[in-house]
Amino acid sequence: MTESLNPALILILGGALLPLAPDAVRRWGTLALPVLALLALLSLPFGEYGQIRVFGYALVTLRLDSLSFVFALIFHIAAFLTALYAWHVRDTVQQVAALVYGGAAIGAVLAGDLITLFVFWELTAISSVFLILARGTERAFRAAMRYLIIQVGSGVLLLAGAVIKVQATGSLAFDYVGLDSPGGLLIFVAFGIKCAFPLLHNWLQDAYPEATVTGTVVLSAFTTKLAVYALARGYPGTDMLITIGAVMTAFPIFYAVIENDLRRVLAYSLNNQLGFMVVGIGVGTELALNGTAAHAFSHILYKALLFMSMGAVLLRAGTVNGSDLGGLYKSMPYTTAFCIVGAASISAFPLFSGFISKSLILTAVAAEHHWFVWLVLLFASAGVFHHSGIKIPYFAFYAHDSGIRCEEAPKNMLLAMGLTAFLCIAIGVFPDTLYAILPYAVDYEPYTTTHVITQLQLLMFSALAFTVLVRTGLYPPELHSVNLDADWSYRRLLPMAFRHLGSWHQRLTDRVTRTASNSLRAVFDNLYQHHGPQGMLARDWPTGSMVIWVAVLLGFSLLLYYL
Amino acid sequence: MPGPTDDKDRTKKTYWLDQRRNVDRLVYGLVAICGLLVVADLFYHKHTHFAFEGWFGFFAGFGFVMCVILVLLAKEMRKIVKRDEDYYD
Repeated sequence: MTESLNPALILILGGALLPLAPDAVRRWGTLALPVLALLALLSLPFGEYGQIRVFGYALVTLRLDSLSFVFALIFHIAAFLTALYAWHVRDTVQQVAALVYGGAAIGAVLAGDLITLFVFWELTAISSVFLILARGTERAFRAAMRYLIIQVGSGVLLLAGAVIKVQATGSLAFDYVGLDSPGGLLIFVAFGIKCAFPLLHNWLQDAYPEATVTGTVVLSAFTTKLAVYALARGYPGTDMLITIGAVMTAFPIFYAVIENDLRRVLAYSLNNQLGFMVVGIGVGTELALNGTAAHAFSHILYKALLFMSMGAVLLRAGTVNGSDLGGLYKSMPYTTAFCIVGAASISAFPLFSGFISKSLILTAVAAEHHWFVWLVLLFASAGVFHHSGIKIPYFAFYAHDSGIRCEEAPKNMLLAMGLTAFLCIAIGVFPDTLYAILPYAVDYEPYTTTHVITQLQLLMFSALAFTVLVRTGLYPPELHSVNLDADWSYRRLLPMAFRHLGSWHQRLTDRVTRTASNSLRAVFDNLYQHHGPQGMLARDWPTGSMVIWVAVLLGFSLLLYYL
Repeated sequence: MPGPTDDKDRTKKTYWLDQRRNVDRLVYGLVAICGLLVVADLFYHKHTHFAFEGWFGFFAGFGFVMCVILVLLAKEMRKIVKRDEDYYD
């Protein structure tokens, strides 16, 4: 069955043909293509399709199983919702980029071999960068170039790892890779970059907030969750991931507390949510991997919803700086409500999606007796409510009234937010619908008395802490500022090092040339002195004196002869 | 580009939350909910993985204390990492 249509190609080729269509067709196309691709996905039974041979290697371009299905499904839903959110945008570049990018992410998730994965991996990087460039500012351009270099670099590492792997094993299949296998470490780092591992993370907080209003929403859905899928496929049960994930949940929330740009706050909390998924992969049990898949599914929805609400604020109020906003609930009541649904979902309030997905991971961690990691995750759960659950809605829509009075978000944005909010609540209220499509059978009941009450205690007392800190004036004010993060190393340290290296090199070459030219000059001066116009050896001697000298020499030799 | 508009009717309108009194009411409500949630610990059997989870009010205390630590540490962190907005420009 090699003739089955790959849903990814519907989006990529459809997207590529879109610029040829008239405006109205193009707009409907952005909505219709994800639906068509979804139908193609749903009509496929699990199995391997699209097998081709390239240079003697077997490629499986389409593999549908229980793990790839969950990710492919949510990517399709995200592609549709983000297209609806961007319905009012009449920018062909963004329309095409979003479709091709979503298609590439789906293609990568469905890839059965490392070469197909690599091709789609790089296509996500190249297509998504246009969503940042489309912002049209100098800042966005520079952020986009940094983003592109890092993303393409990740793909190059993936390819290098794949080449080493195929040299050693003769197989390109994308199954369990593991750190010990040939090329395994390179592929791990490639995935780690896209998954925003600590110290490799900063492209995310750097680039996402610089993208367009709608572009950031699209970006938030695909790249990092593709990396989560790739790690879950290639490195389940890798112990190192538990530590990496735990660090990822904890450290970005400190930045989130002091960050002013609310879309950047969300980028930090995106990083924190990825941490939970990475911990799940590291634990690697069926329950944990179910947790990772479930959390990726609900995360894409509530994170998109939060980015949508902040995008609407940026569009209408002209800024998303916490320091300049406040009181917007008066102008944008629906956006406020949808934002709160997203906030409740990411905070894992009972009856919202995060509650039924994150708890799978926490339970799996507890079941393996990682008590310290469990406490870190609990701290991160309280922290995420603190900065995403409360800070985002509070500083944008409440706090002190900034005096900004603007229009409510456009209707298509409200519709997209409404649908996403509906899904967040539906998943929270009917968790079995999501549990039914997870990779492994689920034997877990999220709504127990203990779980509901302890979770509410955690969240309400976090809220109480926020209230106390704000009321006592201890809460740090929102300030116009830049907070140094790991990107400082390549935005400042490296250029500075290069400049120093450059000036040192300059000084060295100066000295070498000076010494060389000095000694050369000495040689020339010496030559000049003896052979120059005034030089002893270059003087015109009178013929007579030469004859005398010859006579002297002859006389001398005659004398020697007689002796 | 639609920016902030000066809509006089909407500016004049007072909202429920504009009154300090009502915000205070919300805060008291939150305190009451917190109180009830802690008391609730007495009335059910906690199913736990770790012994410390079973301590009375563990999740409440942990949530409160860790959030305060989070914010105060982040505030200290500002002294090291905070730069002017145009630092990179």
